[in-house]
Amino acid sequence: QKVSVEVLDHLEHLALVDFRDAEGVERLQKAIQFADQLHEVNTDGVEPMDSVLEDRCLYLREDDVTEGNCTKELLENAREKVEEYFVAPPGNIPLPKLEERETFLQGS
Amino acid sequence: APWVPVVGLEIHAQISSNSKLFSGSQVQFAAPPNSLVSFFDASLPGTLPVLNRRCVEAAVMTGLALNCSINKKSLFDRKHYFYADLPAGYQITQQRVPIAVNGSLSYSLCIDNKMSQMVTKTVRIKQIQLEQDSGKSLHDDTRSQTLVDLNRAGVGLMEVVMEPDMCCGEEAAAAVRELQLILQTLGSSQAVMAEGQLRVDANVSVHHPGEPYGVRTEVKNINSIRFLAKAIDYEIQRQIEELENGGTILNETRAFDSKLGCTVPMRDKEGQQDYRFMPEPNLPPLILYDAKSLPANMNHQQVINIDWIHERLPDLPSVKRKKLVEQYGILPEHSFTLLNEDGLAGFFESVVKQTQMKPKKVIGWILKDLLSYLKQHSLTVKESPVSSFLLADLLNLLEKKEISSTAAKQVLAELWKGEGKTPLEIVKEQKLELLQDQKELEQICQAVIDGHENEVIMMVLG
Repeated sequence: QKVSVEVLDHLEHLALVDFRDAEGVERLQKAIQFADQLHEVNTDGVEPMDSVLEDRCLYLREDDVTEGNCTKELLENAREKVEEYFVAPPGNIPLPKLEERETFLQGS
Repeated sequence: APWVPVVGLEIHAQISSNSKLFSGSQVQFAAPPNSLVSFFDASLPGTLPVLNRRCVEAAVMTGLALNCSINKKSLFDRKHYFYADLPAGYQITQQRVPIAVNGSLSYSLCIDNKMSQMVTKTVRIKQIQLEQDSGKSLHDDTRSQTLVDLNRAGVGLMEVVMEPDMCCGEEAAAAVRELQLILQTLGSSQAVMAEGQLRVDANVSVHHPGEPYGVRTEVKNINSIRFLAKAIDYEIQRQIEELENGGTILNETRAFDSKLGCTVPMRDKEGQQDYRFMPEPNLPPLILYDAKSLPANMNHQQVINIDWIHERLPDLPSVKRKKLVEQYGILPEHSFTLLNEDGLAGFFESVVKQTQMKPKKVIGWILKDLLSYLKQHSLTVKESPVSSFLLADLLNLLEKKEISSTAAKQVLAELWKGEGKTPLEIVKEQKLELLQDQKELEQICQAVIDGHENEVIMMVLG
């Protein structure tokens, strides 16, 4: 069962990934097939485990101020800044629609 | 056919704490941009979330106050979306198993705006979850850019989800007002809407009785309780008109424009969002204990005991109101007004302590004379130029019949000027003393009668 172009397009929008070429899409297909093997295990009545940390104790921190005040350091990473603000484009620039952008998926 | 409006609310309350939910940077309202930001808040690689104990306690307190079941095991998740003020590209929240579920909130409404006819309503609380706040975006349209300040990024929030049990703006406003009072009483959030500590989004739909619920819209950008009622009522009307004209309602997000008093579709909200929820891999489950399950050999500081917190909950507003009515014999609607104004209940009780006048009479002076003056001059109780001591002093004069009620009002008017005079000084200055001497009074009356012979004859003749 192949992954549809609509799903691939949706993923490119959501995660801003680029499947680049047939090999990239094929790798995704194989990864899904590999993971699908999990369905062969009978998990009736078994609580899902979503982390190997599930038996660890979640450490609780005291409510003290111990960090911050490093504006200069943080802004060193900014390509553009205005006074002490980070600068970003005016809003999300959505990925163009499938028909309008250069993606391998167009040909599929 | 009649329309049934359905209103649900999603409320985000900023937790009142010194530091953020998962980092040690400070929580403070106005500060130089990006000065209250740690490496974790800026989402620099190699940083990890560390849960703040105080934030958990705040959420447990709030859950208990709202009659919720506290989940002894709750989980953290990542909610993914892209926005400049969310540096990690995801928000840590509790989507699968939140900290508290299935509660209720009771609130009161006046029927037909008559305070004497109050009705109690209940709204179900679906859940309360802990989550991170995002940073702030300042839109600079002239230069086509957005300035980002991450001071707020990572501040702890409690999201309180109210089921769609409300039917109009008035109900929603009353429910939010009561929630605000509860949060302020608990101290879990200062819940000041103007400072963004309490943010409310409304979900609104309409349908005909007996038919399935209609498509709902989400209304955002509501900055006060007054606007909340307006926005909801506008949206209900808009949907009814749209449907009666044969149109359809889109499942969209709309923003409330307070200047125009209407809701408009929001830009930047492209269709349905897919948040790709996944468990937060860096945080194990949050385990809470009660008296029974308390572990024997654990570090005290690492244990949160729900029962311990429950025992220490302060009196909630509904309990306080009941006590005021029982203790002082005032009317229920009086107790609402007393609690609705910050510091007013305390002021009232303070006056009662310092005067012989009965509380039932004192309340009139507090609610009519004091409160209306404060409102007229936009003052808080704390800023009142007339202290409880001065007012009590004045009421004592009245109670001892040394002055009349009218004179008392005159003295009060003078006291508002805050010139430091005592009531007694003002009474003497303006010669407002009531004459108690019978003989003196007779003399004055006789003098009046003597001086107006004609009028007297007219009166005697009928």
